[in-house]
Amino acid sequence: MKIVVCVKQVPEGNRRIDPETKRLDRSGEGALNPFDANAVEEALRLKDAGGEGEIVLVSLGPAKAQDALRKALAMGADRAVLVSDDAAAGADLVATSAVLAKALERESADLILFGQQANDSDGAVLWAAVADRLRLPVVSQAAEVTHADGKLTVKRQTEFGYDVIEAPLPAVIAVSDAINEPRYPSLKGIMGAKSKPQETVSLADLGVEGLESCTEVYALSDPPARGDSRKIEDDGNAAQAVLDFLAEKRLV
Amino acid sequence: MKPSDYPPPFDARDYVAAPTDPEDERIEVGVLVVGAGPAGLACAIRLGQLLEEAPAIRERLGEVPVAVLEKGKQPGSHLLSGAVVNPRSLRRLFKGRKRIDEMPFYGPVDHESVYFLTPRRALRIPAPPTMKNEGNVVASLSRLGRWLAEQAEEGGAMILPETSAVKLLAADGRVRGVRTGDKGRGREGKELGNFEPGADVVARVTVLAEGTQGHLTGVALNRFGLAGENPQVWALGVKEVWKVARPLGRVIHTLGWPLRAAAKYREFGGSFIYPMGDDMVTLGMVVGLDYSDTELSVHDLLQELKTHPFVRKLLEGGERVEWGAKTIPEGGFLSLPKRLHAPGLLICGDGAGLVNVPALKGIHYAIESGSLAAEAAFAALQRGQTPSTPGALAVYDEALQQSFVWKDLQEVRNMRQAFGRGFWLGGALAGAMTATKGRFPPGDAGTERDTEQELIRTDRAQSYPKPDGQLTFDKLSSVFASGNKTRDDQPNHIVLRTDVPPELARMWEHMCPAQVYEAGDGGVTVTPSNCVQCGAITAKGGRLTPPEGGSGPEYTLT
Amino acid sequence: MSTLVFLEHHGNELLKSSLGVLSKAASLEDGDLAGVVIGSDVRPLAEQAGKFGAAKVYVADDAQLEAPLPQPRVDVIAQLVRDQGIDTVLFANSVLGADVAAGLAARLEAGLNWDLLDVASEDGKLVGKRPALQDSVYVDVGWTSEPRIALFRSGSFDPSESGGTAEVEDVQVPLEDFSTTARMVDQAHETSEGPSIEDADVIVAGGRGLGGPDNFTLVEELAKALGGAVGATRAVVDAGWYPYSTQVGQTGKTVSPKLYIACGISGAIQHKVGMQSSGVIVAINKDPNAPIFEFADLGVVGDVHEVVPKLTELVKARKSS
Repeated sequence: MKIVVCVKQVPEGNRRIDPETKRLDRSGEGALNPFDANAVEEALRLKDAGGEGEIVLVSLGPAKAQDALRKALAMGADRAVLVSDDAAAGADLVATSAVLAKALERESADLILFGQQANDSDGAVLWAAVADRLRLPVVSQAAEVTHADGKLTVKRQTEFGYDVIEAPLPAVIAVSDAINEPRYPSLKGIMGAKSKPQETVSLADLGVEGLESCTEVYALSDPPARGDSRKIEDDGNAAQAVLDFLAEKRLV
Repeated sequence: MKPSDYPPPFDARDYVAAPTDPEDERIEVGVLVVGAGPAGLACAIRLGQLLEEAPAIRERLGEVPVAVLEKGKQPGSHLLSGAVVNPRSLRRLFKGRKRIDEMPFYGPVDHESVYFLTPRRALRIPAPPTMKNEGNVVASLSRLGRWLAEQAEEGGAMILPETSAVKLLAADGRVRGVRTGDKGRGREGKELGNFEPGADVVARVTVLAEGTQGHLTGVALNRFGLAGENPQVWALGVKEVWKVARPLGRVIHTLGWPLRAAAKYREFGGSFIYPMGDDMVTLGMVVGLDYSDTELSVHDLLQELKTHPFVRKLLEGGERVEWGAKTIPEGGFLSLPKRLHAPGLLICGDGAGLVNVPALKGIHYAIESGSLAAEAAFAALQRGQTPSTPGALAVYDEALQQSFVWKDLQEVRNMRQAFGRGFWLGGALAGAMTATKGRFPPGDAGTERDTEQELIRTDRAQSYPKPDGQLTFDKLSSVFASGNKTRDDQPNHIVLRTDVPPELARMWEHMCPAQVYEAGDGGVTVTPSNCVQCGAITAKGGRLTPPEGGSGPEYTLT
Repeated sequence: MSTLVFLEHHGNELLKSSLGVLSKAASLEDGDLAGVVIGSDVRPLAEQAGKFGAAKVYVADDAQLEAPLPQPRVDVIAQLVRDQGIDTVLFANSVLGADVAAGLAARLEAGLNWDLLDVASEDGKLVGKRPALQDSVYVDVGWTSEPRIALFRSGSFDPSESGGTAEVEDVQVPLEDFSTTARMVDQAHETSEGPSIEDADVIVAGGRGLGGPDNFTLVEELAKALGGAVGATRAVVDAGWYPYSTQVGQTGKTVSPKLYIACGISGAIQHKVGMQSSGVIVAINKDPNAPIFEFADLGVVGDVHEVVPKLTELVKARKSS
């Protein structure tokens, strides 16, 4: 089974928004999006269970995203494809999903995995957009995935409990962070990662011309002040005071 | 009562072993460097230069000629210093390849002043000659480390972050390499779902560049009988980086308040305030760990320092952006090991104790020692030589002793020890030493371990400022500002006796800048995930060992 | 503006969060407002929507649409948007809602802004407001083309009835072949354990000030009375008093419920960053200098062992009256 895992490099350490571009400052150190590690881990488990297969990483990002890819290669993925192009900087969902779809078409995967969310944009939306473009079934929030006879059985975690959903391959699955505990790369893995194939392609290589985002950022502001803090001492009536406060705020 | 009355259950011999992995599973590298700090990276960079001109030797070193292990998340994550750097070693290392102005420094030291502080005033005093910084540059060691790592990689070294070295692999009287730490153990040491065992990494030459309180350095000194006559002693430095409204424009050092001058307190140290470009300032408090008051807290002394009108003014309108802590070896020349090599082994940098205390300089010595270690290793790898033969690496010690490192350290050898006599007498002695370039007083002063000091109790803690979250901060906020996100269920990496008298528990509680220790019923409780691996505990009665690779602080500007 | 709101349902009820989004859209009073209900035997639900401001509700009712799977819903809504000239589609966030919104964005090549807390019309443009950087900064976002798609944080708006009945219109939409390849084998059964910490509107959390693991029952009772989930600080999880899955904070979970009651919690920054964007924060701690009092909306300096049980009784009494 050929599994492609879509991964992203996110800024590490103290994050800030660049007041000029109003976008996240990505100039500092970056790291593999921690939620993507769950997806890489799941791919490794599925490959182990099946006995054979190839795990390919696909990412859209700047050239230094190679570092994040290397971490995933160190975990055990086989090769990586980085789509890197200045024209793709700041790409929104529509643009990103279009690029990824083209890169994924090139790979003809049996299974495409995503992590639960990107911890920089807090977006939990990319896979559904990509699946639509590829015309493949999509299941998200997968807390468990089993594969048998070209079919996947997925336990999807929702607000109401767990659904069990079946989807034929090829399919797109987004795993929840509860699905597994990502492995630490072994030292051998880390050292071996450098010699695994890492390909960089441009938008032109994918046949993508003219990328347009359909959303924009206007301004930054401070969150509304919390309002005054009130502090009271308990003289036996504090519980009532709290209840009244909650009632006033219509929380009870 | 002294901390040495309750020694930690630590035995260096537990950390030396023969390789245990099957031979084909061991990881083989040519030269193994432990620590991606200035010493280790200088070694890797110099080796890269030498191997570039010697392809045959490079070939013989295998697929990975030079590997550097780093326990932090990435090079720089665990690097912390003031710092004002003497660029001479960097000039030598990068001669013909890079200029100082191409390196990430914050500008030359244009102006500097030294002040003696009283609770309300700042009295300008002439800078002691050892503290003159003309020609030096201001640096963030963390940032410099990241840059040096890039240079090392470009030179062909393989840097392996998030990897701690926990055991020295030695057999038949020679060092074979190190064993890296396990990952994925739970609080009680149990293997978790994602457990990954460490690995044996074997090399022709192992270079220990672990920095202050180097774990394997301590183990090696013990194993090979390399310890000198005098024990090492340390100071604890706690610092912050601030964004400021006005450029500082000069390098400042202070002495005096908030430290107490009387000999019984043994409070030796001072503060530094350095400009980092026009919009940032770094300031820190450095205090010798042989202090006697159980209530002394360097973290809180730093907070107190900031409330002084002179300092407060400098930080007005600014905000704290980073915090960190680290110990500095202070024994100087007299506490150096007898030898810095053994069969298959070289020891560099702060781990060896190569720090000039009165001048507050160690980085350029670390770089020079790393560079000399590389040259010694390279010489020993020539055709027909084996680095593990006894004496094969002796050229390292010889070269070090011929270098400016040795000369500088010898000149100031008794200075720190003089301050054990209190600020005023110590100051006078120091002045005499400087004036005579170390010839007076004659002889060598003895050094006592930090744990050998009798503890006294005062009410010093009463005057520590209450944190206001703007100028002054509590320890947990500071740990947060170090970037520390260590997982909470990691095994406890601190070896300590926990059933200790309340006096000792309280001393540790105040001592630790990261609130790892708490005095409680029956002794002390430990929260290892707060630890920023400064090493203070090792100086004061416990023992720090490397936790899981990748944990601890994530410094960027320290 | 011609707005369509996706009205998600579960069992026989439209979700409160969807109705909240509908109410918000109604309050904008800008152009046409319609809702869409998709499922099997859902016509009765459609009738409810008028009360919350929809002038029209489209109903796609078919056995094939029974399971709460996203892709058939993308087909239905995409068709509606094209046929009816809709320029704005709004969603309340949920596992299903996010997948539908994103699939729709790709299908229509339409901009999607997510994690929005609010939206407003400014200078003829629709502007969304969303938090970023662990809710420490707010960002104004917009769309450069139509249709526009917005995904709102769950619980951003309370449903408010503005009266009125909606015109119900049935729609039949042919589904794409790939939309029906995923099959619901077993749909989630409601669990009676109470909400998970991530979804809860109310969280009652306990810290070291509780004194010991046995005292966590105080926290559990109050959480139960309020219909909320139980949270814990790093210190008590470290000490083994409560499981890691309930840990709130830097190395645990980040939550933003409508109400967060902190019992015996000091409020160190490692904890604060995990709950600072909660709607209302109430803190009970016997240390008047505890940092939590600096950012709690209501702080009680008192003994948790006294205040919490009393509060639980009062809440129970109020709920049963």
